[in-house]
Amino acid sequence: MPLVMTLALRNLLQDRLRFVAAVTGIVLSVVLILVQMGLFYGFGRMVTLIVDHTAADLWIVSKGTQYFEDISILDAEMRQELSAVDGVSEAVPVVAGFSAWLPPDGGLIGIFIIASDPVGGLAPWNIVEGGLDDLATTGTVSLERSYADQLGVSARGETAQVRGHPVTVGAVTSGLRSFTTRPYVFTDFRSARSYVGLPANLVTYFLIRAKPGADIARIRQEAQARVSGMEALTPEQFRARSLNFWLYRTGAGAALVAGALLSIIVGTVIIAQTLYSSTKEHLYEFAMVRAIGASNRYIYRVIAFQALVNALIGLSVATVISIGVERLTATSVAPVIITPALVAVAFALTLLMCVASGIASIVRIIRVDPASVLTR
Amino acid sequence: MSAAIEAARVCKTYGQGPTRVEAVRALDLVVRAHELTVLVGPSGSGKTTLLSILGCMLTPTSGTVRVCGVPTGDARPEALAAIRRRHIGFVFQSYHLFSTLTAAENVQLALDIRSERGPGATAKSAAVLADVGLSAKLNAFPRELSGGEQQRVAIARALVADPSVILADEPTAALDSENGRAIMAILSSAAKQRGRAVLVVTHDARLFRFADRIVHIEDGVITREERPDADDCETHARTVGSQRAGRP
Repeated sequence: MPLVMTLALRNLLQDRLRFVAAVTGIVLSVVLILVQMGLFYGFGRMVTLIVDHTAADLWIVSKGTQYFEDISILDAEMRQELSAVDGVSEAVPVVAGFSAWLPPDGGLIGIFIIASDPVGGLAPWNIVEGGLDDLATTGTVSLERSYADQLGVSARGETAQVRGHPVTVGAVTSGLRSFTTRPYVFTDFRSARSYVGLPANLVTYFLIRAKPGADIARIRQEAQARVSGMEALTPEQFRARSLNFWLYRTGAGAALVAGALLSIIVGTVIIAQTLYSSTKEHLYEFAMVRAIGASNRYIYRVIAFQALVNALIGLSVATVISIGVERLTATSVAPVIITPALVAVAFALTLLMCVASGIASIVRIIRVDPASVLTR
Repeated sequence: MSAAIEAARVCKTYGQGPTRVEAVRALDLVVRAHELTVLVGPSGSGKTTLLSILGCMLTPTSGTVRVCGVPTGDARPEALAAIRRRHIGFVFQSYHLFSTLTAAENVQLALDIRSERGPGATAKSAAVLADVGLSAKLNAFPRELSGGEQQRVAIARALVADPSVILADEPTAALDSENGRAIMAILSSAAKQRGRAVLVVTHDARLFRFADRIVHIEDGVITREERPDADDCETHARTVGSQRAGRP
């Protein structure tokens, strides 16, 4: 190992207790950063869950619709106009909206009904019991397993009521959690109208599927020109709009970003304190290194390596803890999602934090007069 | 004998107005190769200031200093560091060894800052430590060494990069007389056998017998220079000893 690294490591490890305390601080800070960012990412993914899992080339929404649950209302007759646009293969109507679930043992639970015509237009995924065909039967609904306790049903064939209409569980899904806390309930198109109280002349969305090789941008342009009172959005546009609304316009995202920023500041201060304290302990030794002719760059390397060691140890432990948190929160309403990209970002931030925290130490060493070694 | 350091009309003042202090005043000094020069003077006489100036750690207020022919006057701090790195080895009163590095590593540090690394640097460090009698203590940490041994490591660190000049600040002050003599013998050998220019600042008159030349400094001015033989040195040692004790 190069001597500069040996020196950096031994200086850092000389006071084990101080080092452990510092690493603990760094780990907590990085865990906070990862969890906040993971929450931010997880929240973003939940917000766009339905859009991400829907096979559509364009979403037709009423003007100003911000996200999937921000109920859009469209004229059902629009379907013919949309189908007539050159390049469109089909325009699938979707009915979605809030409704009320009455569990068998009483009570009232808010739910979010989703249906399309045909059923496969916007269908549940991760089906663990039953199948899509079961949802084609009138009065049959899907049940998300993680809401079973709340909804009072747990398996196929069990019954409850939605807005006074009897329903039977035809399919059970796993992992389709809604960020609004209202469980998603998929059903057949006709029943959905009754459950959300939407008249036959209205729908919530249209999903446009283009013919193979068709120019989506041109279809979008033509649809918007031909049909009034709606917006045609690509899935990417709808996703971006949903994220923008929930993460930035509501302040939810800002709170998570602020939390992550605060963690970065706390982490930087903790690492700075550790490095500074280690530097101060060896100040006259560093002054000696300067006195015998070491360049400033040599000193920077010692401090930078100490910062890097802190960053690597802190990040490694923090990543393991954060992956644990990810597993624990996987089925919760606020899942923390840790991706390799997120770890890479956290590493870059931790490195930045460590380098910034080394500045105080470097300034302290550079300021010390090399001649001071002659008076001690 | 060639001049390793030449100082001409060097002045150093601190402060301004009534608090102004002239630490060194229009001082001329040449430190030569193959020679062990002892700089002696009472506390506050300007010894440390002069050593700092000659060692390129402090720039004089006026006058010129040349180290191995390189003028230091207008050099910036990084350039001064480069002069120190290339030409000067330092031995400090308090050793200033890294407590976290072994004896061999402390010596290698002086090579590492000069970008000399690898097995060659390791061998060179071991050889110099053997020269100062520490071949059995290569892997010892400073806490495992006596004061005299630590100072030998410091001397090895100063010698390992083969500098033209060795500047030693009170190198024996923290040592007993036996270790003090051993350290001076090593420094003397560096001058005589290796051809280095060695300048030692000391209060210890018992060590004058190692000197080729004694320079007396008082109030920032060189008051006397002598080239004693061994007998003169002993006489001088007695004189200085009596003066310190307040005897005539």
